[in-house]
Amino acid sequence: MRIYVCVKQVPDTSGKVAVNPDGTLNRASMAAIINPDDMSAIEQALKLKDETGCQVTAVTMGPPPAEGMLREIIAMGADDGVLISAREFGGSDTFATSQIISAAIHKLGLSNEDMIFCGRQAIDGDTAQVGPQIAEKLGIPQVTYGAGIKKSGDLVLVKRMLEDGYMMIEVETPCLITCMKDKAVKPRYMSLNGIMECYSKPLLVVDYEALKDEPLIELDTIGLKGSPTNIFKSFTPPQKGVGVMLQGTDKEKVDDLVDRLMKKHVI
Amino acid sequence: MAFNSADINSFRDIWVFCEQREGKLVNTDFELISEGRKLADERGSKLVGILLGHEVSEIAKELGGYGADKVIVCDHPELEFYTTDAYAKVLCDVVMEEKPEVILIGATNIGRDLGPRCAARLHTGLTADCTHLDIDMKKYVEFLSTSSTLDISSMTFPMEDTNLKMTRPAFGGHLMATIICPRFRPCMSTVRPGVMKKAEFSQEMAEACQVVTRHVTLTDEDLKSKVINIVKETKKIVDLIGAEIIVSVGRGISKDVQGGIALAEKLADAFGNGVVGGSRAVIDSGWLPADHQVGQTGKTVHPKVYVALGISGAIQHKAGMQDSELIIAVNKDETAPIFDCADYGITGDLFKIVPMMIEAIKEGKNA
Amino acid sequence: MDFSLTREQEMLKKLARQFAETELEPVAEEIDREHVFPAENFKKMAEIGLTGIGIPKEFGGSGGGTLEKVIAVSEFGKKCMASASILSIHLIAPQAIYKYGTKEQKEAYLPRLTKGGELGAFALTEPNAGSDAGAVKTTAILDPQTNEYVLNGTKCFISGGGRAGVLVIFALTEPKKGLKGMSAIIVEKVTPGFSIGKVESKMGIAGSETAELIFEDCRVPAANLLGKEGKGFKIAMEALDGARIGVGAQAIGIAEGAIDLSVKYVHERIQFGKPIANLQGIQWYIADMATKTAAARALVEFAAYLEDAGKPFTMESAMCKLNASENARFVTNLALQIHGGYGYMKDYPLERMYRDAKITEIYEGTSEIHKVVIAREVMKR
Repeated sequence: MRIYVCVKQVPDTSGKVAVNPDGTLNRASMAAIINPDDMSAIEQALKLKDETGCQVTAVTMGPPPAEGMLREIIAMGADDGVLISAREFGGSDTFATSQIISAAIHKLGLSNEDMIFCGRQAIDGDTAQVGPQIAEKLGIPQVTYGAGIKKSGDLVLVKRMLEDGYMMIEVETPCLITCMKDKAVKPRYMSLNGIMECYSKPLLVVDYEALKDEPLIELDTIGLKGSPTNIFKSFTPPQKGVGVMLQGTDKEKVDDLVDRLMKKHVI
Repeated sequence: MAFNSADINSFRDIWVFCEQREGKLVNTDFELISEGRKLADERGSKLVGILLGHEVSEIAKELGGYGADKVIVCDHPELEFYTTDAYAKVLCDVVMEEKPEVILIGATNIGRDLGPRCAARLHTGLTADCTHLDIDMKKYVEFLSTSSTLDISSMTFPMEDTNLKMTRPAFGGHLMATIICPRFRPCMSTVRPGVMKKAEFSQEMAEACQVVTRHVTLTDEDLKSKVINIVKETKKIVDLIGAEIIVSVGRGISKDVQGGIALAEKLADAFGNGVVGGSRAVIDSGWLPADHQVGQTGKTVHPKVYVALGISGAIQHKAGMQDSELIIAVNKDETAPIFDCADYGITGDLFKIVPMMIEAIKEGKNA
Repeated sequence: MDFSLTREQEMLKKLARQFAETELEPVAEEIDREHVFPAENFKKMAEIGLTGIGIPKEFGGSGGGTLEKVIAVSEFGKKCMASASILSIHLIAPQAIYKYGTKEQKEAYLPRLTKGGELGAFALTEPNAGSDAGAVKTTAILDPQTNEYVLNGTKCFISGGGRAGVLVIFALTEPKKGLKGMSAIIVEKVTPGFSIGKVESKMGIAGSETAELIFEDCRVPAANLLGKEGKGFKIAMEALDGARIGVGAQAIGIAEGAIDLSVKYVHERIQFGKPIANLQGIQWYIADMATKTAAARALVEFAAYLEDAGKPFTMESAMCKLNASENARFVTNLALQIHGGYGYMKDYPLERMYRDAKITEIYEGTSEIHKVVIAREVMKR
């Protein structure tokens, strides 16, 4: 059994978010971290490795420095890494990204007992789309919002979170599960032994040449130009000014507040 | 004729995927139908709801009351509860046959599972978690002029463009992006729940709404996962760090501690799944357990909304909450330092103000 | 000359920082207030291999050397000095066993200390043998009948002494020979005749338990002799050379932590209508703190480099500890001053850091003893 864990390096938005004058994100000024939901996917995979001794492969698509993130995941306990990286892949939307990743996994091989774990969503785009799209392209079932994963034989039991509860879902392998942060799943640290050995573990770089003839790839729907969706405009909302002290009677102040909150879609 | 997502001129009408849980429509359906009505009017096309379930045709008419011209009901026992396999199969089959131009799906845990699966199968783009939609370019430019820092006067826009312009926040709202899907159809969008305004219900329109039931076939081959059971739970999060809404209380609740905390809890619920926090004074007095403390010695939080009730705003408290996306402060003392970092400040007695806020929020949500 | 860390060292630094932020910082105030040893956190350190720094994998260790120790200990020191101290001092015992132990001793004790979650301790100091380590009175007399050493005496101020599973004890095997009759002996926690006396209440690093050890006809097998008989003083001094770099790392860690807090605070604190960061007096404080700390770090890392490279480092180790510990007190004092009244309150970590920093000028040799060592080394040329 092999578990592919799809991960993404994202800017850390938990602190201050820096925006360039042209409205794009100033990524250089922010630390790059492993997407938090992806950490849950990694931990769930490593737990299954502890139990079954399966192989865990960390997969990411990104620029060459993303190798550092893969090495960290290997230092946590993954067996190997796959870095999908090419200029032609840059600017891909979720549709295009999922084509490229599914083509890479297809090329590496997905056997009947394998699984793919993804984070529920990435904090830079919050789309939650790439996972299900990979599953569709590979023609395998998916379970999203997974909080607990148990495997027995060919069947996997997943706790799938809903807004007001959860469903228990039984799914066949191969399958794709997107994992969310869960108190019961605390991502482990790297180990010092893992750190000392991580650069001697295999890391495969998959480039454009390696994928361009894969059946799951359409060369005219990848990259910035080929992606089905395009950014028409990007902009910053009006700056948060100094605060407003609301005026009037108590009732007027409250109504004014709620009115403003509704305009901002806070409620 | 085979389905071809690139043949964009053969697509018509605005569709809304209407979610039901336990045979009941959810609020997002009405919001999306109401929004869809506006888009259909801008486009001069029909608005169609598509409802999947088992024995649900009776609830379909209600969608007409918010603007649907027609509702397509797909009925099958396997559709009673949501499963990705069955729902994606049925929805994609109907879409390939009927070719809608636009499909809106509520960005619920179900919609965000279904949307990408279908978009990939239909070979088209999908934009997640939209908070604003336009077809008419004039309306879009008006939207930009009030909701962005762009200098509209120095820009030109293709006024005849009829792509759906889907605007969504990124990076926790620090950036906004408007996305289009020009080369493929249908143009798909998941829409954040609670954002679009629900229209007035019209009984007349509900009665005029055409309900069409479609025959659906599903085989065991189509179903690779199955729902074992569904559990409902009312969860009480005490996790301040991960909370999106935090209502914190300070020394200002001293005259009625239990009442003050109860009000904070109700306000947190009114905002939706909020958590109650407290200043150091409140924790030190034993009014709330220590894991509720916000501030330097407690926890540093950055929720979407932080409400400070009766908190003066000592520097160590501010250090723990000032990175919240939106801060609302209520305090009797108009010189309280908390107002310096608040987006909205209200001076007054929290015991009078908060009940009004709870009422007004509930009214606002139901409007 | 290359000052950059290797990519593995960068990763270790990140790991230690994450661990310090997630596990150590949240309990730093509590373990200080309650004077309680952070046993859970020590176990977690062992799980990720930090307690095995400097010991090869074959003995359960994680590899690396002194620089790795400096990286981990200084990251810990930024958030929780007591925890930095616990790790730093723990590492002395496995290092000594690795360096002087027999194959059997290494196999028996190292895995327990490196990855087994057992704490190590190093017991030299006695009530009347502080800076004058030669005044040790504890005896370990060989009983030829049973081939056991019989220990009698009292050790004091022993970090982790009450909790340690494996201790390295310095005692006189030939009392008549004085210093030359001192030997190092491995003692296990559960040994009849070995008991824990007073657990001290300290000014700082309260989470690091400091205890008195009492030996009353405590018998340990002769096979527990570490190194040769009579070589105890040499083993102790060499162990202290390495330990001092650890204290240097604690000291630069706490100074860097105090600077981080100060930089954050000066931007938040508004007085006279503007952040106090705009005041030149504050800027000069920050500049002094940062400059001296950078210099202190450079000397600590240089000493670590010398030890790792197998070069003589006694003088540099003493220098780096002397300098970094004086700087830790200087920096925590100014950081507290910058925080003003808030700094004096227990709500902020500054007063704790101020108390914690002081120990670095005292343990593993006082500043004064370091000057003796340094002067001796400098003037012998």
